[in-house]
Amino acid sequence: MTTLREITHDDVLALAIGAGVLGTGGGGNTYLGRLRLERELNIQGHPCPVISADDVPDDALVCAVGTMGAPTVGVEKIMAGHEVALAVRALEKHLRQDMFAIVIGEIGGSNAIGPIVSALQLGLPVVDGDPMGRAFPELQMDTFMIYGVSPIPMALADSHENVVIFEHIQSALQAEAYARSLTIEMGGSAALVMPVMTGRDMKAAIIRDTLSLAIDIGKTVLHARETHIDPAQAIAEHTGGAVLFRGKIVDVERRTVKGFARGNMTLVGFGDGDDVMEIDFQNENLIARHNGEVVCTVPDLITIVDSEDGEPIGTESLRYGLRVAVLAMPAPDELKTPQALAVVGPSAFGYDDVIFKPLIATHS
Amino acid sequence: MRIGIDVGGTNTDAVLMDGTTVVSSTKTPTTPNVTDGITTALRGVIDESGIDVSAIDGVMIGTTHFTNAVVERKHLTETACIRLGLPATVCLPPMVDWPDELRDVIGGHYYLAHGGHEFDGREISAFDENEIRGIAQQIADKGIKAVAISSVFSPVNTVFEEQAAAIVQDVIPDASLTLSSSIGRIGLLERENAAIMNACLRELAIRTIEGFKSALETMNIDAPFYMSQNDGTLMNADFAKEYPVLTFASGPTNSMRGAAFLSGLKDAIVVDVGGTTTDIGVLQHGFPRVAALAVDIGGVRTNFRMPDTYSIGLGGGSIISTDPLQVGPQSVGYELTTKGRIFGGDVLTTTDIIVASGKEDIADQSKVADVAADLIAGVEDAIEEMVNIAVDRMKTSATPVPVIVVGGGSILIQRDVAGSSEMVKPDHYPVANAIGAAIAQVGGECDRIFSLAEMNRDEALEQAKAEASEKAVAAGADASSVEIVEVEEVPLAYLPGNATRIMVKAVGNLKEG
Repeated sequence: MTTLREITHDDVLALAIGAGVLGTGGGGNTYLGRLRLERELNIQGHPCPVISADDVPDDALVCAVGTMGAPTVGVEKIMAGHEVALAVRALEKHLRQDMFAIVIGEIGGSNAIGPIVSALQLGLPVVDGDPMGRAFPELQMDTFMIYGVSPIPMALADSHENVVIFEHIQSALQAEAYARSLTIEMGGSAALVMPVMTGRDMKAAIIRDTLSLAIDIGKTVLHARETHIDPAQAIAEHTGGAVLFRGKIVDVERRTVKGFARGNMTLVGFGDGDDVMEIDFQNENLIARHNGEVVCTVPDLITIVDSEDGEPIGTESLRYGLRVAVLAMPAPDELKTPQALAVVGPSAFGYDDVIFKPLIATHS
Repeated sequence: MRIGIDVGGTNTDAVLMDGTTVVSSTKTPTTPNVTDGITTALRGVIDESGIDVSAIDGVMIGTTHFTNAVVERKHLTETACIRLGLPATVCLPPMVDWPDELRDVIGGHYYLAHGGHEFDGREISAFDENEIRGIAQQIADKGIKAVAISSVFSPVNTVFEEQAAAIVQDVIPDASLTLSSSIGRIGLLERENAAIMNACLRELAIRTIEGFKSALETMNIDAPFYMSQNDGTLMNADFAKEYPVLTFASGPTNSMRGAAFLSGLKDAIVVDVGGTTTDIGVLQHGFPRVAALAVDIGGVRTNFRMPDTYSIGLGGGSIISTDPLQVGPQSVGYELTTKGRIFGGDVLTTTDIIVASGKEDIADQSKVADVAADLIAGVEDAIEEMVNIAVDRMKTSATPVPVIVVGGGSILIQRDVAGSSEMVKPDHYPVANAIGAAIAQVGGECDRIFSLAEMNRDEALEQAKAEASEKAVAAGADASSVEIVEVEEVPLAYLPGNATRIMVKAVGNLKEG
């Protein structure tokens, strides 16, 4: 992997594709994010600097940022654009210390791109890394929370420049609940800054180089398209993953449970109708079974891509007849400790009978 | 009696129908001046049938003329867009995702103002009359007459767009206005894009529709005429002058509706084989299934309800290349009758192969007597595979469904499609699109977010259905014939109060007289 020093116009499309692949079916649409980043790069007239986690001094402050709320609202009430920057500035004032850099709150899906726009506005570098390495549906499913970084102080902001700072909150779960109800009051989507932390705490818990990884995956897909090689295989080789299955979606079943889109899909192999893969999802893809046997589970990454152009397919777009490849990619080590598996393993999604067996990287 | 006309890029087709019977039909080349082609087509069906023009009750026209204007960046008017939503939405201003040359053609003028609503109906900020008046004055000073107005969550509450429109009309009395809420659905950029495209097409729409009117007058037809819309329903000519974008997908819609009518099937796959491409669509309850994703028109994203079609490069004019064997996507298109081998040309096309196989007898079969049997078999296999895969892509389940084949290139489909329960090639299949226009109904839609905390689900559904039915009647439907054809509920994840988006479509027969 080449060391990423900055984000330029040439990286935007690749980042959107790569964030989609790491989104494992969830994380939202990257279209508006792409437009925003392209526009902000034009306005600022320079690329966004990227630093590695280890470039951040121990005592410096950094914060993870993102957007919270319903994607359906986000496509209609587009944000003013500077909400995250406002919340970051308010926290700096509150803490009487400036931020050193911005951390991406979630590298999977639409939340990968907004933080780069905010970093450009704030004139800060963005750290190459994030606390998920993929997409997850809830705030506490985050290595900062898992490894004991305090969620407070945290801040939410809306388009009216209202900023709310939480100075004390009992747990990451409560932070999720409070932030969720405040988001509604703020019009259904809001900027979120959480957590603020020292360089030391960030370095102890962050998953490194995931921004580079997303862009590399995107470039791999774009290169595969240009040279007419198989994009799914190219992604698998790049990520140390594997193409678990190639086939056609023959059934998709959905239900909404507690505000989450849960469901499962069935695929049959090209040429062999008896070769079957089933995948369960809750916003993101969770468990893949090949002919009845579990072959990949969360937190390892399961992503469906179009078999021809490698475009990642979100769970909301699944339908009968799509011809796809199923990719499995190993989760970062930070998500595979017993401590992490309690929060992001199969049991955290209600699969008490499924044991997480990590994918083994197919190359080094 | 009704006349249906489909003005395509290549051909203008017309049919004369008496009730459900096709009396006469014709195919003529589309002319650069659309009016002439229509006059020729009208003359064709009227002369062939020998009817008196006073027997014609209505003329229904489907056209891709406005779509082509956007694609070719021609005949578009300079337009201004006013968006209400400040302080939100600043980061992505109007036309931000348009191709530069299209934005330049219409001037790229936009203004952001206060207003807009939240998802639950609260105001984002108060409406500011002076602000809008100031913007209207600036637009007037530039001499711009075409204005599109969008407001955040206007599909939920239209009042700000209407208030802004009244002020602009007051400042610029001859302005032609398009409100985003009257055209599109949730999804600000896509709905606003549609409104701006509509605004920049209105001058062309007025000219074109006046041209259609004069074609009817030339033929002494004084029956009302209608334009067909994306969803297979009709709008009257005056409404079409206001909403030209609503014709964007009328071509594929009409051919699918025509296929449903001719076959008597309401749930089926339609394979429409043209000269260059084959479009595959799905009929549900007699109407085309609508695409779930954003649709690009001339490089601009919109969220119109367009038929979900899948196109492959296979048509009656597709060129066969050998070594390796390849069918299409290059095509001789409308030049088939001069360039195809059986017509004396020197290009081997799919039509030549079907004639060489002896399955159809068109033009001069002897000119393809030298085509090798294994080449014929290879091409037939390739066509079968292309169609099988494309049809399979569009199916919603593995259950076999009927397949209806229409369009001028239908002879290519000689074998049963895999996964079909029956194959139907109805009478008059080459002019299915004009028939689709002739039989169209009128419709109305409701698409809003309801809070199920405030009313129960049944009440919300009833309210949505009543709204859709009222809109259908307002559009010209006979109230007694209106029925609900589509209901879709989308619970919104992460929102409280059981916010649910409900979309309802109602259609009815056109009120006579």
